[in-house]
Amino acid sequence: MQFPGRRKKLIGSSQNDLYDHCLQFYGQPPLENISLTEFETFAVERLKLLKTVENLGVSCVKNSEQYTKKLDAEISKFFFNKEDGISEYEKRRKDHISHFILRLAYCQTEDLRRWFIQQEMDLFRYRFNDLHSKHKTDFLHKNNLKYETVSAEEKKSLQDKLIASSYGLSGTKVEEHDVYKVPFQDALDLVRTRKVYLLAGNAYIPHHEIVTIVLNDFRTRLSKALAMTARSLPAVQSDERLQPLLSHLSHAYVGQDYSIQKNIGKISLEQIDALSGKSFPLCMRHLHKALRENHHLRHGGRMQYGLFLKGIGLSLEQALQFWRSEFVKGKVDADKFDKAYAYSVRHMFGKEGKRTDYTPYSCMKVILSNPPSQGDYHGCPFRHSDPELLKQKLQNYKVSPSGINQILELVKGMHYQLACQKYFELTHNVEDAGFSLNHPNQYFTESQKLLSGGRDIKKEVDMSQRSQENPASVTRPSQANSKQAHEEMGDLDSFFQDE
Amino acid sequence: MSTSDYDPACLPDLLPLYYRRLFPFSQYYRWLSYGGVSKNYFQNREYQSFTTQNELEKEMQKMVPYKIDIGAVYSHRPSQHNAVKSGTFQALEKELVFDIDMTDYDDVRRCCSAADICSKCWTLMTIAIRILDRALREDFGFHHLLWVYSGRRGVHCWVCDDAARKLSVAARSAVAEYLSLVKGGEETVRKVVLSDPIHPFINHSLSVVERYFQQYAIVDQDILGSKEIKFHNSLEGSSVSYDLHFSCVSVKSNSKKGGQYFDKEIMLQYCYPRLDVNVSKGVNHLLKSPFSVHPKTGRISVPIDLKELDTFDPFEVPTISLICEELEKPRAEEAEEDDMKDKENEQEAGERRRIRDYKRTSLAKYVKVFDRFLEAMARSRKGEMLKKSDLQKDF
Repeated sequence: MQFPGRRKKLIGSSQNDLYDHCLQFYGQPPLENISLTEFETFAVERLKLLKTVENLGVSCVKNSEQYTKKLDAEISKFFFNKEDGISEYEKRRKDHISHFILRLAYCQTEDLRRWFIQQEMDLFRYRFNDLHSKHKTDFLHKNNLKYETVSAEEKKSLQDKLIASSYGLSGTKVEEHDVYKVPFQDALDLVRTRKVYLLAGNAYIPHHEIVTIVLNDFRTRLSKALAMTARSLPAVQSDERLQPLLSHLSHAYVGQDYSIQKNIGKISLEQIDALSGKSFPLCMRHLHKALRENHHLRHGGRMQYGLFLKGIGLSLEQALQFWRSEFVKGKVDADKFDKAYAYSVRHMFGKEGKRTDYTPYSCMKVILSNPPSQGDYHGCPFRHSDPELLKQKLQNYKVSPSGINQILELVKGMHYQLACQKYFELTHNVEDAGFSLNHPNQYFTESQKLLSGGRDIKKEVDMSQRSQENPASVTRPSQANSKQAHEEMGDLDSFFQDE
Repeated sequence: MSTSDYDPACLPDLLPLYYRRLFPFSQYYRWLSYGGVSKNYFQNREYQSFTTQNELEKEMQKMVPYKIDIGAVYSHRPSQHNAVKSGTFQALEKELVFDIDMTDYDDVRRCCSAADICSKCWTLMTIAIRILDRALREDFGFHHLLWVYSGRRGVHCWVCDDAARKLSVAARSAVAEYLSLVKGGEETVRKVVLSDPIHPFINHSLSVVERYFQQYAIVDQDILGSKEIKFHNSLEGSSVSYDLHFSCVSVKSNSKKGGQYFDKEIMLQYCYPRLDVNVSKGVNHLLKSPFSVHPKTGRISVPIDLKELDTFDPFEVPTISLICEELEKPRAEEAEEDDMKDKENEQEAGERRRIRDYKRTSLAKYVKVFDRFLEAMARSRKGEMLKKSDLQKDF
């Protein structure tokens, strides 16, 4: 693995040779110098793209119109360059480099690797399926997958046999779409289950299945590569310029950081109780309740909740008053509070010590760092609560049983932020949150917007269109058990393929 | 030639004679050298190798192997199990193999059980060979298949193509599963389940079964006469009969259970080949070598000529006692020729004598089958090498 910043410059004329196809298997790492800025930008933007891929993958039927439209938009955004145009070369270069940077960030643990591979595969599948068939074959050949397409005459003569062997094939599909001839050793899963036509040692694979074969290859290669990357990681991490960037990426939050306080003082302390029920995400509602009940919170809870409150607009004076009034009801007297706890509140606001203005925690940070132990109330309830307890809590908060099920399914699939988003949708009575949840303060802001009818016109239009589409649309996850629907959709994939 | 001529007690005496004068070493060596069996060999836990047929011969004649399994060669006899040193061949690449054993059909044959076979149930082997041979050639593109009678109650298939030898364990298992239709053990009554669409492979297999079904199942096995057709219980209120006019099974059922292909499922459950996936999967699995002697029946594991498949009779396969007996009957003219040529060339004499020897016995025709098989392999290897050298010239 070669790291940017240590290699010779690329020789200009081989630009076209380097990227001879818009898609690649990412076999060779980039060999050029790039600036740290570009390094970070590329990585963050690709991460945004992958997170969208994840999100869409769970909330839409893959390859449905909605999925395609949204993913298309996101991909265009990724490749978009603010200057006049972006050359094909630039696009491919960005694709290449950003992938490799993310490998560095996502190779370290099993979980990270699995996530990265899953999203990269989904992205690859989408982009591959989008290619014209000639480009598909091109890609196969350029990557040593010497799969030929079957001629029209042969297809016709084998038509009945092909239909009888492959799932989801009809006469028209055979005529209109490519069928590939692949040595049977490269299609073992299909051979083993007898789901493919075999002749003279070749498997005849319809085009919607060839991507599966290609993806298997992709997954194997990427898996191996990540394992290798993990081994060379110590060398990378010793580079001080890269280390902080890389470690942030894997916990990355790629949105607003709510560090700049807006609406300072617009929230009064009296409102907090009500707000906690209406507009706080579950974690903060939980923390607030615990604070009210126990008149105390430990350090982790104080940080998570305190910074959140700062983010929603509490001023330092308000914060001090808030915490003191609560702690004093407990075992802490006013003096002790001033001595011990006030300091840390001021610290949060950047008025002490290093004077770093701490930023409120993103969901990623809450989910991944500092898990709560006995006596703690911080963390993410979707991640850290026992599902039974979570269920009870949601029942107490009057979430519908079907809604609870949907949430639990998402939790089972480890989609904690999506579970919280679902909680948002259920408590606000909307079909679609209209945003991608990444930050507790974002939850609050969006909630307030919604409740004050302040949704901008575009979103309103979207909402009404959506509610018109609903009766006709196919298996929307919000109407069915989300995870199950996702699995069923996997099987139905091929039906949607060519629509 | 009844098996009563063979007495297992005589085996220790007959075997040395077999290896000295009857075993087709030159063909066997050829086969081993094409096959992936490396010519490495352990004896007394020492690593030895031989590179010529002569050496192979000498070793085997010295060892007098009681059993030869490819993967291992044993020289011990059961009574001396612990005392005798054993030798082994280790395969680096290995042929793709299949093992069909009659005992796996015990739940559907009424004439025999366990190790017994008879002419009535032998048809199952014929059907198995036809179905698998077609599939391995037409679907998988293999060309060099050697079918061998095991000597007692089954057949083996050795797929010797280069491509077959290089198959990974996963690939072998995938091939074996593609070829498997009968699934389930004691507890499973309905062992074949078909649903739409019916894969072409299943259709091909069905047409083979249909050819033999009437004679085999209805007449010889008399399956309809039996009240033991267990799996029909899964379809209550149904009746199974055989339509002689259309030569097919017909199922009349009151309930919707059981599906639309019940008639085909029945035929397949009675006749479709049952293979042991583990044998095919394992690169280290041992399988009896062609031309080894079955200790219980004395029969030689002979290659089967697919052109004469329908007339192959396992009870006509020569036993070691028979061929040793046949050895003792010299023919006058041949004897004179022997003497003359012996004087000419002492070394070749031994070889020629051996060639003449097995030719005088019932083993001859089976060695011919083996010869033809080896010829075909040699031709295709030549073809490959020519191709390769052509490509090099073009460079």
